Amino acid sequence: MPSQLEGSLAVARTVARCRPEVVCAYPITPQTHIVEALSRMVAGGELAPCEFVNVESEFAAMSVAIGASATGARAYTATASQGLLYMAEALFNASGLGLPIVMTVANRAIGAPINIWNDHSDAMALRDCGWVQLYASDNQEAADMHVLAFRLAQECSLPVMVCMDGFVLTHAFEPLEVAEQELVDAYLPRFAPRQALDPDEPVTIGAMVGPEAFTEVRYLAHAKQMDALDAIPALADELADRCGRRSGELLGAYRCADAATVIVALGSVFGTLCEVVDELRAAGRSAGALAVKSFRPFPREELRAALAGASRVIVLERAFSVGVGGIVSADVHAALAGLHVPVHTVIAGLGGRAITRRSLHALVEQACAGTLADPHFLDLDTAVVERELARSRAGGRTGGRPGPHAENILRDLGIVAAGPV
Amino acid sequence: MSAAPPPASEPRRRIPDPREAVASPRQAATGARFYQTGTFAVGNRLLEASESSVQADPERANAITKGHRACQGCGEALGARYALDAALRATGGRLIAANATGCLEVFSTPFPESSWRLPWIHSLFANAPAVATGIAAALRAQGRTDIRVIGQGGDGGTVDIGLACLSGMFERGDDVLYVCYDNEAYMNTGVQRSAATPPAARTATTEPLPGHPGNAFGQGKNMPLIAMAHEIPYVATATVAELRDLEAKVERAMALHGPRYIHVLVPCPLGWGSATAETIAIARLAKETGLFPVFEAEDGRVSGVSPIRRLRPVEDYLRRQKRYAHLFAGAGQPEVVARLQALADRNVERFGLLAEEEER
Repeated sequence: MPSQLEGSLAVARTVARCRPEVVCAYPITPQTHIVEALSRMVAGGELAPCEFVNVESEFAAMSVAIGASATGARAYTATASQGLLYMAEALFNASGLGLPIVMTVANRAIGAPINIWNDHSDAMALRDCGWVQLYASDNQEAADMHVLAFRLAQECSLPVMVCMDGFVLTHAFEPLEVAEQELVDAYLPRFAPRQALDPDEPVTIGAMVGPEAFTEVRYLAHAKQMDALDAIPALADELADRCGRRSGELLGAYRCADAATVIVALGSVFGTLCEVVDELRAAGRSAGALAVKSFRPFPREELRAALAGASRVIVLERAFSVGVGGIVSADVHAALAGLHVPVHTVIAGLGGRAITRRSLHALVEQACAGTLADPHFLDLDTAVVERELARSRAGGRTGGRPGPHAENILRDLGIVAAGPV
Repeated sequence: MSAAPPPASEPRRRIPDPREAVASPRQAATGARFYQTGTFAVGNRLLEASESSVQADPERANAITKGHRACQGCGEALGARYALDAALRATGGRLIAANATGCLEVFSTPFPESSWRLPWIHSLFANAPAVATGIAAALRAQGRTDIRVIGQGGDGGTVDIGLACLSGMFERGDDVLYVCYDNEAYMNTGVQRSAATPPAARTATTEPLPGHPGNAFGQGKNMPLIAMAHEIPYVATATVAELRDLEAKVERAMALHGPRYIHVLVPCPLGWGSATAETIAIARLAKETGLFPVFEAEDGRVSGVSPIRRLRPVEDYLRRQKRYAHLFAGAGQPEVVARLQALADRNVERFGLLAEEEER
């Protein structure tokens, strides 16, 4: 029976039913509502036996999770944005140690300029840290995905990030179901690691590994993620059988099978894309949408099969690699090698900018007309950019003085009235 | 500083003198005075079994067993073994250790070998206290409260890069004993300065050059005082020269709960430029000159000091180490030595380090 819930609360209640034993957290917007709810549940005894640790940084949060997981406790934390970057070193360590920690990432932009709103710069910056990265398309999926994430983490001995768009999902209220306790208990076996810190069976964890074995250890990290490509669909099927809702698959396809133009995206924009596809189809344009729900591991074969019949692919990305262009589109390109399907990179929705249906319609028209730049920045205010570029280049590439752009642009836009021109 | 020791007029518990500890039947029978010139040490063979050190016990845990790759004369290997063996005895072997990156981690675990005979984890340089917190939290959630947790690292991992995690562990009241093995620089990376490097010491990043006496004066952190400022149940300093004192402090720490901190001075022959056979002698001189005060503090107040038995000039300590060689080359730098002497004198006065009597 669905009830009207905030996305964060649905996630917190779902995580609670996964019976975490150690939850550690450091506050950062827009992830805070999740751990606030969990702290109340722990304090109220609902989660017993569970320890909630208020730590002094995200680096400490991940470190506490590492210690707890290595001691055989199910560990959970949540973060976003700068927090994810601040724990970067510990993220690599958790995956290198094969610790099945689950973490919610409420995706948010990275500063400077500081920005609290949604995009995927945070998780994309850590895409190579060895964690599984699942992206939720909506809040129901975000909540259910956590049940799958804990199971997947244990089965593959890998930490799992559940990425959900900050504010767009975390702060949205909608009718949501929380997986029943009996269902979760039946789906998620007790955490019983192969080795744990235990005086009865002393082990050394985290020893130094030299050139003679490092490559093999890293190869196994890759092999485990490849195993996850098989595990994710199987676990998603089992979860769907038990709860009647599908969640946490590799890909989500919407009217792709016969589509000439397919828009590929991660996260909550998928809902908007589905609506736009319906509108395009109603207007006689053959279109489809494809959600990448597992970005790491990247479902290369599945993606290739889903896009093989398309005439063009638009990859809509909420992050990009400065100096190159698309991040997801590079992987899509590689997956489509030899198929001669043009792939357009479109950077959209940075720092919380809305991705509107109107802009998406215009985008598809441009793609079909072959007039898209590569990469194309959706709804870029070119006038503002040109003015600032002209100013900064006025001294010539070598004669100009270095400095930031953000304040100049805000001044141009009239958002900041004060300050020298 | 709020954590400064109380005025000397306040009552203060003296750390038991080993000579008092051996006022045993054997002493009474023989009338012998157990005493080694210049130290408070007494040989294990002269003591009752109950008074002898953990290291004298053939059943000791051997937390760091043979085959590790520490340098000859490594103070840290000694300190860690003394501390962990004592902690293992105090906990009946129910102990888990979290280790920061550093010499201790590197020399003890060249994969697939490990010298550790207790459950041990190394995660990162900066996070050993937080990993220890996570272990303690897991044990609480699992109801395994008989198992205790120790965190450990070098001075760099403790006073510099790991300070935030350590401070967080302290203020939350987590049930962890953290031991810092202080060799006063980043030895594992080739002897660079840390915030525990003393003034005038040569390191690879504080080379003595004209106008620069080595590491600068007026810098650095006093980690035991920082720990005391958290008002945690127990803070102690120790050196590897006084084995039984260190063991007693570990034992005391393990009898308490909550965050506890022990700061052990561990000479490093490589980084200090000292003879490998002089590690213990140099550690003893660090204490006997007043440069390294040995004391205990409970709930933020100094509760006991190990008195200096025979006060020595700092020069006796400095001359044995090449990291201070520039202070004595050519005409020498007596003014710098005098500044170091002043620091030692200040410690003596501040902590009340002089024994009530010179000789017995």
